[in-house]
Amino acid sequence: MNIINIEHIAKIYQVGSEEVHALADVSLRIDKGEYVAIMGPSGSGKSTLMNILGCLDTPTKGVYNFKGTSVSQMNDNELASIRNKEIGFVFQTFNLLPRSDALHNVELPLIYAGVSSFERKERARAALEHVGLADRMTHKPNELSGGQRQRVAIARALVTSPSIILADEPTGNLDTKTGEDIMSLFLEISGQGNTIILVTHEEYIAEHAERIIRLRDGLIENDEIVKERFAPIKNGASKM
Amino acid sequence: MRSILTTLGIIIGIVAVTTMSTAIIGLREAFLNSISSLGSDVLYVDKFPWFAMRDWSAFRNRKDLTIEQYEKLREMLSNYEAMAPTKRTFGSSVKRKDRSVTMSMIIGTTEEYQRTSQLVLEEGRFINEIEVNAARKVCIIGQDIVKELFPLENPINKEIKVNNMPMKVVGVLEKQGSGFLGSFSMDGQIILPLKTFESVLGESRNRLRIDIKIGDVDKLDDAKEEITALMRIIRKVPPGKDDDFAINQQEAFKQMYDQTVGVIAYAGIVITALSLFVGAIGIMNIMFVSVTERTKEIGIRKAIGAKTWSILFQFLIEAAMICLLGGIMGILISYPISLIINQFLPTSMPIPVVFLALFISILVGLISGFLPAWRASRLNPVDSLRYE
Repeated sequence: MNIINIEHIAKIYQVGSEEVHALADVSLRIDKGEYVAIMGPSGSGKSTLMNILGCLDTPTKGVYNFKGTSVSQMNDNELASIRNKEIGFVFQTFNLLPRSDALHNVELPLIYAGVSSFERKERARAALEHVGLADRMTHKPNELSGGQRQRVAIARALVTSPSIILADEPTGNLDTKTGEDIMSLFLEISGQGNTIILVTHEEYIAEHAERIIRLRDGLIENDEIVKERFAPIKNGASKM
Repeated sequence: MRSILTTLGIIIGIVAVTTMSTAIIGLREAFLNSISSLGSDVLYVDKFPWFAMRDWSAFRNRKDLTIEQYEKLREMLSNYEAMAPTKRTFGSSVKRKDRSVTMSMIIGTTEEYQRTSQLVLEEGRFINEIEVNAARKVCIIGQDIVKELFPLENPINKEIKVNNMPMKVVGVLEKQGSGFLGSFSMDGQIILPLKTFESVLGESRNRLRIDIKIGDVDKLDDAKEEITALMRIIRKVPPGKDDDFAINQQEAFKQMYDQTVGVIAYAGIVITALSLFVGAIGIMNIMFVSVTERTKEIGIRKAIGAKTWSILFQFLIEAAMICLLGGIMGILISYPISLIINQFLPTSMPIPVVFLALFISILVGLISGFLPAWRASRLNPVDSLRYE
């Protein structure tokens, strides 16, 4: 089943008198349960693509259907609603609220979804337990290590049970070992049937995915399946 | 810390609001206290209106009221409880041995003055009809006079000198309390029979006023009409000409007072509005700074699904809370001030004023926070996430 279906989308920025085609013409389909890596050098348009896929931004041209609904013409509040319910973000810089503890950070999307306080707490706790931070719930981001912060961010992304998880260089600010741990966590989440889109420029990070899409100059250069779906999971991370 | 400094404007505004209204209510109380001695069912026939909106020169050539006119009016007026002709003078010399009083009001009148002025005696008796008719040298004195002239002895049947004329004290008035802002105390009165007053202080120097207690507030207007008609006959005012006298009443004081306080209140509102305006600008400023500083937070919140209005509300509520805090601090500051005011005016901080002040501070927060909150809510998530 298609979750994401984009056809001939383009994003054009006006810089002074010059038009910059961040995305020239991209068409793409992503199915439920896929684990996709989007790769490309800087300036290739991968950030722009991620913003559009994440409904943070709208394309200048083309059609974006998200679960069969066109989002290309939606207004800010409709997009916010899609982001809240359907998309979980994991950022390179974690993007947690610095003055709130882990639990509240994970609760936040549920607050905007209008979930009751009790249910919110329950689900946030479950999500934090899921990423292995049961004992860190009341810690603030500055009391957590980088890896733990990213786990909080992943818990926050998972807590609304979104249709896709969008991870933008999730290991970019972590050391190799911690990065590997986070990647194992993504594998585990993928193994549970979640759709993950990973944006990275690191080859060894992208290798975790089943499918790699390479961008260059705003165009898809290459799109290939690198692993069979439900391939054996390494690092013993399949504890589901 | 920065927020506290910014709320200073709000704090000052709220202190202004609450102390102003406390003071105005106190002024009103004090004023009503001091005019209540006039009696609301008493009319005062005088040469001049007490509060003339017109030029005083219009009244200058009016003839004084006379005792004969008083007697005619007394004969002809159908319905009244008490009527007293009165003359008064300030600052005459009042002595007892080597002691003297500087601030006193000497009143010449008849025995009915006790009823028109609702005076209560603490000791002794009021002047009687015989003493009035015979111009006996007797007097009634107020508490301040007692304090000054008789610090240690009972004044009854003792002698004081008014304009060097010896007078026997026959009665002492009850304490009346301080008047309006303590300007003139009703406790500084000395009451003499009218003829005694005239012989001691001169017959023509002080104008005559006729105090008439009607006894029923509802009949005041009818009585006023009747008195006007009678006085026109008595004073031979030709038809078509204006009255050459005036009938005054307590109400005139109230109107005057309301005008005065109205001006004070208006000035207070201007001052308050100004300081709240300054406060609002401060709040707006800090909210703009806050929005800029928290651009990234706004980006995060938007990315995970915050709608435009939830960001708007978040910042509006924040601004309102800062102002509410300022309002509460303002009230905490002005409460002791109201206690100090209470030393001079009979007042305390009214509860509705407290709520009004809190309401105003929230309102200021919402108004001044709106623009910054609006800007925050309109931020683009992509750009604000990238903001460092």
